[in-house]
Amino acid sequence: MEFESVKLIAGALALLPIVTVALGLGRIFSSYNEAVARNPNAAEHLDKKFFLTFAMTEALAIFALLVSLIILLVL
Amino acid sequence: MTSPTHQFEITPIVPFEVGGVDLSFTNASLWMVIAAVVTTSFLSICMRRKAMIPGRMQVMAEGLYEFVANMIRDNIGPRGQQYFPVVFTIFVIVLAGNSFGLLPYSFTYTSHFAATGALSLLIFFAVVFIGLYRHGFHFFRLFMPAGVPWWMSFLIIPIEVVSFVIRPITLSVRLTANMIGGHIMLKIFAGFCVGMLSLGAGGYVAALFPMLFNVVILAFEFLVAFLQAYVFAILCCIYLKDTIEIGH
Repeated sequence: MEFESVKLIAGALALLPIVTVALGLGRIFSSYNEAVARNPNAAEHLDKKFFLTFAMTEALAIFALLVSLIILLVL
Repeated sequence: MTSPTHQFEITPIVPFEVGGVDLSFTNASLWMVIAAVVTTSFLSICMRRKAMIPGRMQVMAEGLYEFVANMIRDNIGPRGQQYFPVVFTIFVIVLAGNSFGLLPYSFTYTSHFAATGALSLLIFFAVVFIGLYRHGFHFFRLFMPAGVPWWMSFLIIPIEVVSFVIRPITLSVRLTANMIGGHIMLKIFAGFCVGMLSLGAGGYVAALFPMLFNVVILAFEFLVAFLQAYVFAILCCIYLKDTIEIGH
């Protein structure tokens, strides 16, 4: 295969981790909502942990996007 | 049309060189100066009249102070108050860098590994020196948690050492990658907009969709800008707590 086509395929493959990030974010949102529904008083306490885990999980998707963009634009 | 990565280019404004070392005043330095001046003057103007019953301006400054103070109280405990200045400074400089980067034609200095790497290495060395100063040789208990059987140490110690040494890298790459990723996404959708305008009358209607999506992304980027500053500061707190409470 030519270098250009390999580059495009590699750029697309580098985005695969986004599938797992979507699953992880879904779990985080669902368990947060369930916890708040069960105990609304704990919402203030859970908010901080929710945002922390959300940001750290979402960072993985951004890493994947960055690797893909490096493959496509820099290499 | 320039490429989406053009916005991260560092261009010297005042060229200046000493002994072969490039010390130019660049656009990155300019925005760092702007961030420092704006945050310092904002806090000083807000606290100009120190009233017992705070006014509108004073509430904003005290809210920022309380936010970081609560973060330290929750994560480090009462003994962490002596580290308040460094955590507050890091939080404010990262928050200012992230949010000023969202202004049109501005420069995001937190999108450069050199800036965020320096901040995270500061915390890394602070953790090592505070740990050695407070606990002496006992500091190395950090790599061997209490209650682990001795034959597990061959497995635990390398893992703990690697996860400790890699901290400044993950801390700075998380912030840098978030900023680069978000800003490139904004520019790519703006590029779609410009590309569709050249198609004629139908293109003007079609260009509305990437523009509306860009508005949504921009709002999301403001959330990310705040969230990443929060995560950066809270991880600094967690690392400092690890070194203060060894073997508990």
